[in-house]
Amino acid sequence: MQVSMTVNGRQRSDDVEPRLLLAHYLRDVVGLKATNIGCDTTSCGACTVIVDGLSVKSCTLLAAQAEGARVTTLEGLAGPDGELHPMQRAFREEHGLQCGFCTPGMVLAAIGVLADNPDPSDREVREGLEGNLCRCTGYHNIVRAVQSAARSGPAAGQVPQGPEAAR
Amino acid sequence: MIPGPFELVRATSVDEAVAALVEHGDDAKILAGGHSLLPLMKLRLAMPGVLVDIGGIPGMSYVRVEGDEVAIGAGTRHHELEKDAVAAAEVPILPCTAGQVGDPQVRHRGTIGGTVAHGDPASDLPTALLALGGDVVVQGPDGRRTVPLTEFFLGFFETALAEDEVIVEIRVPRTGSAGWAYEKFTRRANDWPIVAVAAVGHRTGGVGGPYGVALANMAGSVVRATATEEALARGASIAEAAALADEGTNPSADMHADQEYRRHLARLLTRRALERAAAA
Ligand SMILES: Cc1cc2nc3c(=O)[nH]c(=O)nc-3n(C[C@H](O)[C@H](O)[C@H](O)COP(=O)(O)OP(=O)(O)OC[C@H]3O[C@@H](n4cnc5c(N)ncnc54)[C@H](O)[C@@H]3O)c2cc1C
Ligand code: FES
Ligand code: FES
Repeated sequence: MQVSMTVNGRQRSDDVEPRLLLAHYLRDVVGLKATNIGCDTTSCGACTVIVDGLSVKSCTLLAAQAEGARVTTLEGLAGPDGELHPMQRAFREEHGLQCGFCTPGMVLAAIGVLADNPDPSDREVREGLEGNLCRCTGYHNIVRAVQSAARSGPAAGQVPQGPEAAR
Repeated sequence: MIPGPFELVRATSVDEAVAALVEHGDDAKILAGGHSLLPLMKLRLAMPGVLVDIGGIPGMSYVRVEGDEVAIGAGTRHHELEKDAVAAAEVPILPCTAGQVGDPQVRHRGTIGGTVAHGDPASDLPTALLALGGDVVVQGPDGRRTVPLTEFFLGFFETALAEDEVIVEIRVPRTGSAGWAYEKFTRRANDWPIVAVAAVGHRTGGVGGPYGVALANMAGSVVRATATEEALARGASIAEAAALADEGTNPSADMHADQEYRRHLARLLTRRALERAAAA
């Protein structure tokens, strides 16, 4: 069946099987490999992407359910000249990653946390990220990164919209 | 993991969804948020040949006051209910409970109609809804009918919903400033309840007795704590009434808790819930 959606600002239309999951669509059809598949059981959050402004686990969504939606993956965050999104910058500066496997999902879920609450407490960040697991268990630095991003201004809780967003 | 193959029907109205269910019979299933159904399909525990996607039907997500009741559209997502101002003022137990379902990503997708239709004995919103009392409005080939929540949850993943029916709305009494509490016991932050208890004061004594009390994960379905409710109606103290909370239940045993521990939790959480509700 035909599915149409905007991925990182670019309009796409693809012929896919109804059972194709959004995570596989993004990785295998669109070719964006930042979206990781960890548990494949809606538990770990590694596959988190943003659909119409809200974080979702793309291993538990059919590509067809994103019909007409705006989808943002990690690749859609940096500016056209490679300038990092404030959340990416904060993760780098605060050492919010070790192996990096959970990071794309963490960064996108963290943007969602700030979209909901621009000035979260330590506990609110932890609760906001409860759907994301880090097997390197670097949670302290992740929380620090999210709070540092929050202090950097409102852009840390926003997803770039423009078609210029890098593929 | 990939679900088995199926045909996807995108319904644009409830009539269309019902027609698709009638056409395909027991081979078809409704797809709402997909956060119970897709995990089952990925494990091949469910293999419907046809999915009827109701996610694109306009106007299925709302919370509004209608007389003495609050009407909630079946397509209302947990996160929408969690943030809803009308719900916060009129039935505050619902946004609070919705905010405890799973994690933010799950709440961004899961719907109230989906969790009610699924009939999981451990589910949060059905427990709060059962304590409130009220009705499930369903639409089938012969039109709409209303099923009281107290008659909706029949057993393990079994509800009063027929195969060709779609839940369109949930209606609950407005509780306003009456006391309430939702006590959910989990071992990990974003988990399902090991046991949970919902207690709601009824302004008019609606369902008999001053409080509606319901339990999650204490039987094949979510259940009312009838003995507790009756004791309260007779004027028993909270401690006396809570000590009866597990009467008539049949909890399961699993790696999280054996039966006796679940019974203990039901009594303890009922007392806490009633004390909080009474203090509010
Ligand atoms: C990781 C994870 C954690 C979770 N944690 C919790 C938790 O802590 N507490 C909790 O209560 N729940 C939890 N859930 C379940 C969550 O609440 C689901 O969203 C909900 O149970 C199902 O809603 P849905 O809209 O996703 O339904 P779907 O998965 O789309 O459907 C579920 C079932 O209901 C049927 N159905 C759906 N809508 C209708 C309708 N309108 N009319 C008729 N039939 C319908 C479908 O055919 C299917 O059989 C969790 C889920 C996940 C994946
Ligand atoms: S891969 Fe989707 S939640 Fe783990
Ligand atoms: S950095 Fe390794 S899983 Fe989080």
